[in-house]
Amino acid sequence: MLHIKCPWCGWRDESEFGYGGEAHIERPKDPDSVSDAEWADYLFFGSNRRGDFRERWVHSAGCRRWFNAVRDTTTYEFKAFYRMGEEPPGGEQ
Amino acid sequence: MSEAIRQESPLVERITSGRKAASPSDAGITLRERPFLGCVNLRGNPDDPDFTDAVKGVLGLALPSGPNTVADSGDITAFWLAPTEWFVRTGANAERDLIAGLEEALAGQHIATNDVTGNFTTVELSGPHARDVLEKGCTLDLHPRAFAPGQCAQTLLGHAGILIRPLADGQAFEIVVRRSFADYMFIWLEDATVEYGGMAVSD
Ligand SMILES: [Zn+2]
Repeated sequence: MLHIKCPWCGWRDESEFGYGGEAHIERPKDPDSVSDAEWADYLFFGSNRRGDFRERWVHSAGCRRWFNAVRDTTTYEFKAFYRMGEEPPGGEQ
Repeated sequence: MSEAIRQESPLVERITSGRKAASPSDAGITLRERPFLGCVNLRGNPDDPDFTDAVKGVLGLALPSGPNTVADSGDITAFWLAPTEWFVRTGANAERDLIAGLEEALAGQHIATNDVTGNFTTVELSGPHARDVLEKGCTLDLHPRAFAPGQCAQTLLGHAGILIRPLADGQAFEIVVRRSFADYMFIWLEDATVEYGGMAVSD
């Protein structure tokens, strides 16, 4: 069981949360103008990083707010939790 | 032939006079339902004094601003649900007037009120083993050093989503549960209480 820190509610067990995949993927502003390849890249191709990975979680059994986290995909250790709209810690990936 | 529409608690088939009479005298917990309390979901911007002042004028208390805290004036209980969202509870059949008062005081503001009275029921759990029983199905630390009166939390009990707050240090808790999960929660509590002498049901 992972322990996850909701930016509002604090530490809760994983069973209260839902997972939302990779964070900071921007939807194309004008979907009609992108090519099929660009659209497929947006939809299907994540960075699949080994190590620190920025990802989205939702506190579905609590305050029901989405937020971001940085988690090491090899150890499952969380490095940071931050609110939507906040800059991710650690700079560029 | 027509019948008057009668409000019915989701626990109507559990909390019967027979079930009350059959309550064990040395029960580890006692459950008391407070059905039909008026419930309003309120949305607004807590950083806007126009919003917070107007709400305070209607409720007679300030909305709790800290996550997982609750404000209670006796007549009104306001639970923090999320950064822009509160669960405001009032007496039975008082929700319409409360909503009308809020809508009038907040006219023109970017807010929302929703009558969710029919969605929920409230139960109080007391007794020497109230915390022991809840901790079997809830991952929060419910000890008074971590969860004291004035705090509240949305979490899971068994698999049911609940809104919970302590009423007295470690001895009593109030749980707001969705109507459709109330029956499940009652059965779960009865089962979880077997080892503590069973569950009493009181008025
Ligand atoms: Zn939360």
